[in-house]
Amino acid sequence: MELFTNQVLAGIATGAIYACMALAVVMIYQAIDHLNFAQGEMAMFSTFISWQLMQWGVPYWGAFAITLVLSFIGGIAIERILFKPLAKAPVLTNVAGFIALFAIINSSAGLIWDFTIKQYPTPFGSSPFLGSQLISTHQAGMIGVTVLLLLGLYFFFQYTRIGLAMRAAASVPESARLVGINTSWMIALGWGMATAIGAIAGMLIAPVVFLEPNMMGGVLIYGFAAAVLGGLTSPFGAVVGGFLVGIFENLAGTYIPGVGNELKLPIALALIISVLVVKPAGLFGRHIVKRV
Amino acid sequence: MSAAEEVVAEGHEAVEAVPKRAMTLGTGTSLVVLLLLVAVPLFAKNFVIFQLTQLLYLGLAVLALNILTGGSGQFSLGQSAFYAVGAYITAVMMEQFNIPYFLCLPVAGVLCFGVGFLFGQPALRLSGVYLALATFALATAMPQLLKLNFLEHWTGGVQGLVVTKPDAPFGLPMSQDMWLYYFTLAVVLAIYIFAVNLLRSRSGRAFMAIRDNEIAASAMGVNVALYKTLAFGVSAGITGIAGSLGAIAVQFVAPDSFTITLAIQLFLGMVVGGVGWLPGSIIGAAFIIFVPNIAEGISKGLSGAVFGVLLFLVIYLVPHGARQIALFAPNLLSRLTKN
Repeated sequence: MELFTNQVLAGIATGAIYACMALAVVMIYQAIDHLNFAQGEMAMFSTFISWQLMQWGVPYWGAFAITLVLSFIGGIAIERILFKPLAKAPVLTNVAGFIALFAIINSSAGLIWDFTIKQYPTPFGSSPFLGSQLISTHQAGMIGVTVLLLLGLYFFFQYTRIGLAMRAAASVPESARLVGINTSWMIALGWGMATAIGAIAGMLIAPVVFLEPNMMGGVLIYGFAAAVLGGLTSPFGAVVGGFLVGIFENLAGTYIPGVGNELKLPIALALIISVLVVKPAGLFGRHIVKRV
Repeated sequence: MSAAEEVVAEGHEAVEAVPKRAMTLGTGTSLVVLLLLVAVPLFAKNFVIFQLTQLLYLGLAVLALNILTGGSGQFSLGQSAFYAVGAYITAVMMEQFNIPYFLCLPVAGVLCFGVGFLFGQPALRLSGVYLALATFALATAMPQLLKLNFLEHWTGGVQGLVVTKPDAPFGLPMSQDMWLYYFTLAVVLAIYIFAVNLLRSRSGRAFMAIRDNEIAASAMGVNVALYKTLAFGVSAGITGIAGSLGAIAVQFVAPDSFTITLAIQLFLGMVVGGVGWLPGSIIGAAFIIFVPNIAEGISKGLSGAVFGVLLFLVIYLVPHGARQIALFAPNLLSRLTKN
């Protein structure tokens, strides 16, 4: 039993990483209706910017704030310059665009900061949390930030005018335009916010997985899985999905014989698909009714 | 109200409706292309012939995805898994059981058809990004499954298997590469004709009806579940044959040559070639084979970025892929000749 609780706790700790990423994925999905394959690379790039700022002597929180602002602007710029012209193109072409963006960011980061693995500081310290060996204060802090972020987003979308406008623009663009919402800028705003959230995720994850251009590869896959499991329409679902995926992965690694690190990912994914087969819109997703 | 509005928002999610006449080339153009494909190797070096062979079998794999996505509107990121199964079946049969290569292809095709058909069953419940995730899971799992210990006896584990390149039969005065090229060309041609006819048949119309509107199709009496799994099966079968040809041409199979990267490449090939336009598959394959080399040539350190920029250029200029050029060019010609 103790092994079980320990593994669940460890799962929650890694799950916090996935939850962060999944939240960013869902944000952009809400804004633009696509899964952004380059999301992880954008987060990685933001993290490198903050690292660079810290190398230049900016204190942690200063670097954190500057990176958020830069990421927000960067996200908007990417949408305006690269993806606005593709708004009318078929969906699959947009997906190809994300793959192109992925390649561009990954390769540029490699050239600017090279591929050596870098240490990244944590503001929370890395001593054991409340005497537990499994969760460090950093991981506890990460869970705390994720929950705060989720609450913030909830209030933003539920109780502010601009949040309402963004929701309207994402779900019913035509009608939103008719009531005077600038839907095109709402999409750009969604990109900006998603990039900023991605930056937060990146800066929280970097102390655990270390900083390098490919740091997000694995994390993004789990983030997607978490988002899909929780339901792509629900930020809350994404966070729950993230924790569930973390727990799944740890329990599968511990209890199913012959599952090493290599098979953890396929097993976690297989479990998620089994869930999806039963609940096709994810655990907390809105079921979309289709009309002929 | 909200249910009806959702449809508006979801409307662009579907794969574009391509009419079946716009899916192929005219007879004249087809013959010219075929003639070129037959004649070029006679004047080329062995390495170029090898690249052309690569072009053909990757084109075949893109074509398979095109039938699935452009034909039946289902999305797959798991094509690399079917490709791997096909490649391994052929490699194991040739090397462990000494079965001649041309007998391996149909076996690989049929077995992959079975795998795809079975995989299509749970995938039936999923669509859009959910289906993408499910197929993606298959693609990430496949290299790990091929490394499993109890299969190592046949698959050679992480090391993979070396495949012998076949000689030209009947003492034909041809190099191995050239023979393999013509063999591949014959197989690809046969499957291309099969695919074109499939999409023009009753089954093809059923695929397209499902792609354009699933609910309407089922109301018209199309057995949606059957045809969706069938599309998966056919696509997987053809991908398996492409994988077999690939294994023979490259002379080597290993788990790590069939990662998700391959599935993404096939996907890019389909988009660049034009979703739903079968001849575009070859153009798409050319893009995924040659453009990374060009990018490497422009800048070694930034090859990924150059590749991304080139890809962006292509999708800006022709968001509907090479199909757009193919449909646009005759129009332009006739307009010019009139003036």
